[in-house]
Amino acid sequence: MAYSEKVVDHFNHPRNVGSFKKEEEGVGTGIVGAPECGDVMKLQIKVQGDKIVDAKFKTFGCGSAIASSSLATEWMKGKTLEEAAKIKNTDIVQELNLPPVKIHCSVLAEDAIKAALTDYKKKAEQPK
Amino acid sequence: MKFPIYLDNHSTTPMDPRVLEAMLPYFVEKFGNSASRNHAFGWEAEEAVENARKQIARLIHADPKELVFTSGATESDNLALKGVVEMYREKGDHVITSMTEHRAVLDTAKALETKRGIKVTYLPVDKTGMVSPDDVRNAITDKTVLISIMLANNEIGTINPIKEIGRIAKEKGILFHCDATQGVGKIPVDVQEMGIDLMSFTAHKIYGPKGVGALYVRKKGPRVRIAPIIDGGGHERGMRSGTLPVPLIVGFGKACELCEQEMAAESVKLATMRDRLQAGIMNTLDEVYLNGHPTQRLPHNLNISFAYVEGESLLMGVKEIALSSGSACTSATLEPSYVLRALGVGSDLAHSSIRFGLGRFNTDEEVEYTIKRIIETVTRLREMSPLYEMAKEGIDLKSVQWAAH
Repeated sequence: MAYSEKVVDHFNHPRNVGSFKKEEEGVGTGIVGAPECGDVMKLQIKVQGDKIVDAKFKTFGCGSAIASSSLATEWMKGKTLEEAAKIKNTDIVQELNLPPVKIHCSVLAEDAIKAALTDYKKKAEQPK
Repeated sequence: MKFPIYLDNHSTTPMDPRVLEAMLPYFVEKFGNSASRNHAFGWEAEEAVENARKQIARLIHADPKELVFTSGATESDNLALKGVVEMYREKGDHVITSMTEHRAVLDTAKALETKRGIKVTYLPVDKTGMVSPDDVRNAITDKTVLISIMLANNEIGTINPIKEIGRIAKEKGILFHCDATQGVGKIPVDVQEMGIDLMSFTAHKIYGPKGVGALYVRKKGPRVRIAPIIDGGGHERGMRSGTLPVPLIVGFGKACELCEQEMAAESVKLATMRDRLQAGIMNTLDEVYLNGHPTQRLPHNLNISFAYVEGESLLMGVKEIALSSGSACTSATLEPSYVLRALGVGSDLAHSSIRFGLGRFNTDEEVEYTIKRIIETVTRLREMSPLYEMAKEGIDLKSVQWAAH
């Protein structure tokens, strides 16, 4: 199986690897997947106002899973929460040229985005 | 050092130049059909085939007449299982095999279950991947016609107690087939001493050409009979029709001859390199686990799981080294290695496994380079792994409610 150039690029030079403190204000965390299935993604966003000012990820998974989450952080940065919610797995498939057997990686990345957004909203609604 | 480095010798081996040299005259100059009995071209080819038969038989302590040439080990496995089951159908309808056999045996057994109504017992293995002779004994019924257990496993290299299983088969009067594809040419194989009645093996795993293999079929004590799965001109005493691929057979013979001469020294050299590879990796990285048996394994095999790192990403990270992984992502089924699962290795660690397969042409320099690159890459990927981060924070990953997908 040959990887697309973009997947290789994200794998060799992943964007935004790292973590924010989960408790930090304005941070939303999404963890999706399971070790038994061979992929776990952790995607975090830092929000100011309604804008995502920073994003970070850590991924256990194949090259395509790492590339999908790396791309997701790149795309989320600078977007509003509403815009970020519109990122679709099919966009990731197209951008990274993922073969059919790797589509689940993009689905997982979309789930991670949604989970991070949900977590942020939940935290924001909580009384301080 | 030349790149990429080939460390996937369980999958296939490069052909030895001495094998190629032996084969070359049999393509253009000596092109005869070994079945042509009436002219010099045929005689020349037949002589070459019979010479190869002797070279191959010597390596496994068989009689040259007990070898049936096939297209490879998959066909040999098919012929052994299907051929015995069909021939001995009157006698019974039960076959015993194990859960860690190669797909060529497992899928053939499954086909016999669904298409022919045969009952198959798939024996479990212990946590080192070994079949227990007692389990074999206990699974035998009065309807058992065949026991099929592999010599050494293709993923983890564990060597089964074939001699004991052979003795049980003899004692009970049941035919014993052994898929010895990974073992022949690597460790001593003696069909007499091991009590093997049928044995599959192939040329391309021992520095010979792809496309040719053999099935050993015992001629006496007992005389084993098999029904052919390919009909035609009645070649190979009716057991496998089809014009013999003379150049491939000549190469197979030469490859066996070289193994016979060099195996003793080569296996020591490979085991030394393998032990260095294992120590180099395991002494530096934490949470690295050996899969298979610590001592009863093929000299050139090393299979380890790197916790918190997915196997395919590791392969991608060291793409200048050719390796194999038990990760689902490298298979079409999206299931991690059934062999590792049968050993009781968790799915998470099965996804994290890498198989190293050393071979005749690997060097110490390549081993040192591999150690360095594996350590670098595992370290880098762990820095990117949420699981490693959680484990370092003291979170028990088994206690986490994961959303399986």
